[in-house]
Amino acid sequence: MNTLIALIPVFPLIGFLFNSFLGKKISKNLSGIVASLSVLISFVISVMAFLHLQSSSVKSIIVPVFSWITSGSLDIPFEYLLDPLSSVFLLIITGIGFLIHIYSIGYMSHDEGFQRFFAYLNLFVFFMLLLVLGNNYLVIFVGWEGVGLCSYLLIGFWYKNTDYNNAARKAFVMNRIGDLGFLLGVILIFITYGSISYNEVFSNAGTASTAVVTTIALLLFVGAMGKSAQIPLYTWLPDAMAGPTPVSALIHAATMVTAGIYMVTRSNVFYSISEVAAQTVAIIGVATALFAATIGLLQNDIKKILAYSTVSQLGLMFLGLGVGAYSSSVFHVTTHAFFKALLFLGAGSVIHAMGGEQDIRKMGGLKGKVKITFLTMLIGTIAISGLPPFSGFFSKDEILAHVYEHSKTLWVLGMVASMLTAFYMFRMLFLTFYGTFSGTHEQEHHLHESPPTMTFPLIVLAALSVLGGLLGLPEFWHMTNWMHHNLESVILRPVPVTLEHETEWMLMGLAVASAAAVIYFTYLLYRKYGVQPAQKEEQLKPWQKLIYHKYYVDEIYDALIRKPLDFLASLFYKFFDLQVIDGLVNASGSIVKFFGSTVRLAQTGNIGFYLMSMVLGIVCIVLFLFLV
Amino acid sequence: MLTLLLIGLPLLASLLLFASKTPAARNLAMIFSLAEFVIALGAWYVFSTNPGSSLLQVNLTWVESLNIHVNLSISALSILMVLLTCFLVPLIILSSFQSEYENANSFYALILLMQMALVGVFMANDGFLFYVFWELALIPIYFICLLWGGENRGKITFKFFVYTLFGSLFMLIGLIYLYNHTNVEGLKSWYINDLYNAGRSLTDTQQSAVFWLIFIAFAIKMPVFPFHTWQPDTYVNAPTQGTMLLSGIMLKMATFGAIKWLLPLVPLGVQEWGNTAIVLSVIGIVYASLIAMAQKDFKRLIAYSSIAHVGLISAGILSANQQGIQGAIMQMLAHGVNVVGLFLIADIIFRHTGTREMSKLGGIRSMNGNFSVLFLIVLLGSVALPLTNGFVGEFLLINGVYQYSALIATFAGLTVILGAVYMLRAYQTMMLGERRDSNITFGSLHKSDKVALMIIALVVIVFGVYPGPLNAIAEQATKEILMLLN
Repeated sequence: MNTLIALIPVFPLIGFLFNSFLGKKISKNLSGIVASLSVLISFVISVMAFLHLQSSSVKSIIVPVFSWITSGSLDIPFEYLLDPLSSVFLLIITGIGFLIHIYSIGYMSHDEGFQRFFAYLNLFVFFMLLLVLGNNYLVIFVGWEGVGLCSYLLIGFWYKNTDYNNAARKAFVMNRIGDLGFLLGVILIFITYGSISYNEVFSNAGTASTAVVTTIALLLFVGAMGKSAQIPLYTWLPDAMAGPTPVSALIHAATMVTAGIYMVTRSNVFYSISEVAAQTVAIIGVATALFAATIGLLQNDIKKILAYSTVSQLGLMFLGLGVGAYSSSVFHVTTHAFFKALLFLGAGSVIHAMGGEQDIRKMGGLKGKVKITFLTMLIGTIAISGLPPFSGFFSKDEILAHVYEHSKTLWVLGMVASMLTAFYMFRMLFLTFYGTFSGTHEQEHHLHESPPTMTFPLIVLAALSVLGGLLGLPEFWHMTNWMHHNLESVILRPVPVTLEHETEWMLMGLAVASAAAVIYFTYLLYRKYGVQPAQKEEQLKPWQKLIYHKYYVDEIYDALIRKPLDFLASLFYKFFDLQVIDGLVNASGSIVKFFGSTVRLAQTGNIGFYLMSMVLGIVCIVLFLFLV
Repeated sequence: MLTLLLIGLPLLASLLLFASKTPAARNLAMIFSLAEFVIALGAWYVFSTNPGSSLLQVNLTWVESLNIHVNLSISALSILMVLLTCFLVPLIILSSFQSEYENANSFYALILLMQMALVGVFMANDGFLFYVFWELALIPIYFICLLWGGENRGKITFKFFVYTLFGSLFMLIGLIYLYNHTNVEGLKSWYINDLYNAGRSLTDTQQSAVFWLIFIAFAIKMPVFPFHTWQPDTYVNAPTQGTMLLSGIMLKMATFGAIKWLLPLVPLGVQEWGNTAIVLSVIGIVYASLIAMAQKDFKRLIAYSSIAHVGLISAGILSANQQGIQGAIMQMLAHGVNVVGLFLIADIIFRHTGTREMSKLGGIRSMNGNFSVLFLIVLLGSVALPLTNGFVGEFLLINGVYQYSALIATFAGLTVILGAVYMLRAYQTMMLGERRDSNITFGSLHKSDKVALMIIALVVIVFGVYPGPLNAIAEQATKEILMLLN
């Protein structure tokens, strides 16, 4: 088993090397097949590992790979850990990863960078697997920064476009801000516990003072804010939609952005100890969930809507983590991976059909033209809106029940975010697929359903979006919440829900009723009364404008951070460095120079001559040495 | 024996090249430097199998009346520096294959002479000998910059020469002061352990004075803020090979010196003033990173980024703990390779396009994909992505500084962010997007450039994934130094 586990990340790495070195010499088909196959093999092994773990009483398997960094008492082996938490993520990454590879064969078929695309995609899967398999805080960091690199490469995949390049760079830099927090957290863990391996750290977690644990937890959370796009480090994610759509589905929805949730769940003991840190996570989470959801209300770019939805859903997951609902959040990561990957791929299929158009105002009436895409996206939309018995309903409800027990205020805010979600998702659905087509004739003529390589993943993901709820059925229904039991060994200090069954029923009823009401409202607005989004900016009311421009956060960051830094940079350079410091040096230097010019008179000025004499001098010294 | 060979071979090669105006000077230099690299590998082998081997030490009397010895040995720290030097010099020579220099024989003779001095600095165990090699290294680089540099070279090189010489004189005073306090059975001694003992017998005021005398020399050479203003001009104006020698190896004389010739000499001085020096180093990190953001010339950008990197190395050394010093050693190796790679990249771009001004470039990626990949790998090493060589050192360094002070480490850690900002900006401006100037073309790489870059890229990845053997030596070297401190 150990060898097999160690091999899981190897296959995508081979796929990456194959496509990077041979990419130019092989056909697109071969490239796509090798890339997909490498992920498929990893998926198969992950399934085996998963089943092995389920049937075994041993709940964690540590696989040493090699000794990486040692420095005195600091010993960082390159080591993998297979346990219930990592095995769930392995399945998500390789499973959905495989589907998206298949999808990309169709989606990218006309792109000249096809092989390069698959090389990057494979590399991404490799680093993502390292991220979840690592058994200490530095191996996770390898994956953490590695996926950041791949995200950078894939957002800027079409590297001739300056906007895309800017988006890629922004993503990398914002992530690096988070990464610095993460890195400092890791260092503090080492200083505090003398180790950064999970087991040693977690079993001694309680030995440190709460203040230290709080610092560690908050520093790690800064990392999570960057990677999982939470306030204030979320603005890179909507921009990241510049990348090809499969990338948005895989990296910026299903897997990489959930790394923060994985990491916090992994580190759950810190957040259980530190009330302050947990509270911070919950508040940032709910704030992000609400904030991003409101922005999503008025976006017209189909991918941007989904991007803000992702930010919002991630916020909801952090809200769950903050109130101690770790397994519920991981459950939501799973269902979200299903339906959000589905929605993105569906959006990709729509964009494909529309010949690259992403503005939903120019769509409409597509449901007859792209039937599979429409039906699967309908399923995804229902799932994310939280209607039973689709998967999103169960996972979201579980988080909100925990939140309710923890704080009624947070619960209300979480509910509002959910209602907003149902609104903007159905708005998108109605505007895209219903009504009349409002694109160009050329586009209308071009409309077609995507090839099977693209629809097959949609169908599989749709099925998962329907059935995903089975992974975590409500306990108060007297059913088994598999996810919860599965993660029991990982959650060191669990917070059980002690709500009355009546309360749970009530919460569930409220959630369903509110979602249904919002959907009906949306239906009235966009179907019955046929409201159309403003075509021009002038038609927007001031508050709509504010939302449409994402509260001008990018502009604010620009004015408060980027510009002052650039100003400081040229001030330091042009004034401080060249004038002040160097000025002082030159002033004192002129004294030296005076002596220098005096000495120079004694020299012949023939450079060749004194080069030669210098070397001869050295020779004399050497000879002298040996003679003496 | 090996130690003398390591010094003797480049010296002889240098003489040979000076004397003969052969057109094959470049190839000869290449062969000699490769032979030297083989000897260095041999020394590494001997060191790892039998560290106490007599092959690795030599001790001859030089000036009896002053008790000056030619005392050279290879220890854990010196073998790493010798390996770095002997690995980089052939690469540096290789990087010159596409440039035609006048009086090429003298040019290569000076490079080899410089190599001799550098190797000497890293192996010297005698204070006077150390100083001699230290100053000797300045002479060839002075001529390389002066004779083959860009415009303004006279003024700039002179400033560089005087500035660093000025610092070194303080060090000489410091060393003589220590020498005068040695007492080995009634005699004075330049031997390093005797100097250590002398230093530690001083009061803390005396130690503080010696600390500053010696630290100034190192601070100028690295350089540490605010002693850095000679560096950008010198780096930009020197011929590429000169810049590589300066940044890749020569500045390591100073960081090496800080580890071996400063920390154990005056531990109380370090305790007293280390804090100030660390603060200066860390200011330099942020300051130079910000200035790097404002650069238009890529070579100058690398020069400032080097100040930032060295600031972190210096802070790590002065924090005087296992992770700090070991991180510094690892980063010295990584920085040496990466900065040579970056200057080679700047040179390649200049040779292909005729400009180093970033805003004139653009779209190189669509003209030469392989080059852009190699550039990206070196860049990632430079911004210390995990699994590149830069990461191991940087992680340990920030770790070491954190143990000294969490606040200072947070500032030092800003390099993680700012480094990414200026490097990716530069990369995007030059490599990505559309071509800005249709006159600028960028064909395929010359073979020598390709080989050099590929070797560097390979090293970036291999020693990032598996730093094991080098890291183990760095760990041992650090332990030896720390033992002297306690």
